[in-house]
Amino acid sequence: MILAKVVGTVVATRKDEKLVSNKLLLARPIDPRGKAEGSYLVAVDTVDAGFGETVLIVSGSSARMASGMKDCPVDAAIVGIVDTVEVKD
Amino acid sequence: MQLARVVGEVVATVKDANLSGMKMLVVQPLLASGEPVGRALVALDSVGAGVGENVFFVRGREAAFPFYPGEPPTDATIIGIVDHWNT
Repeated sequence: MILAKVVGTVVATRKDEKLVSNKLLLARPIDPRGKAEGSYLVAVDTVDAGFGETVLIVSGSSARMASGMKDCPVDAAIVGIVDTVEVKD
Repeated sequence: MQLARVVGEVVATVKDANLSGMKMLVVQPLLASGEPVGRALVALDSVGAGVGENVFFVRGREAAFPFYPGEPPTDATIIGIVDHWNT
């Protein structure tokens, strides 16, 4: 899983029917110290995350194991809202 | 599977129901020399690892298998604590 910050929402009227009524968010991966890295991701939100929150994103086929995502065409799902990340220096 | 060092812990109260009770650790992949390489990521722990330990972890769909028949949504799971390695 990767850490990411939610930076926006994605609205798509026309989409795969398995994605209907799922919330799509735009997320920017961050390192454990909070620095942004890499490119933006569109992720399905399964935990009611919101703008500015740090979240956990599961990628690849494992994303389909998130709640309600069975057989959905997703490769990135938000599965947790992070309270704290503690990193040893 | 990849070698990594556990460098931190993640706490998340709101999460997928299948992740409740799971320990989430920040792991930094390592080269054979022990130097860090690439991005740190968050992995579930199936072996009781802790911060500072060298471990190996599995990526992808297989990362859920250690918790069978549970199906936590994870793409990385620590499956061993490394005592030592040679190159």
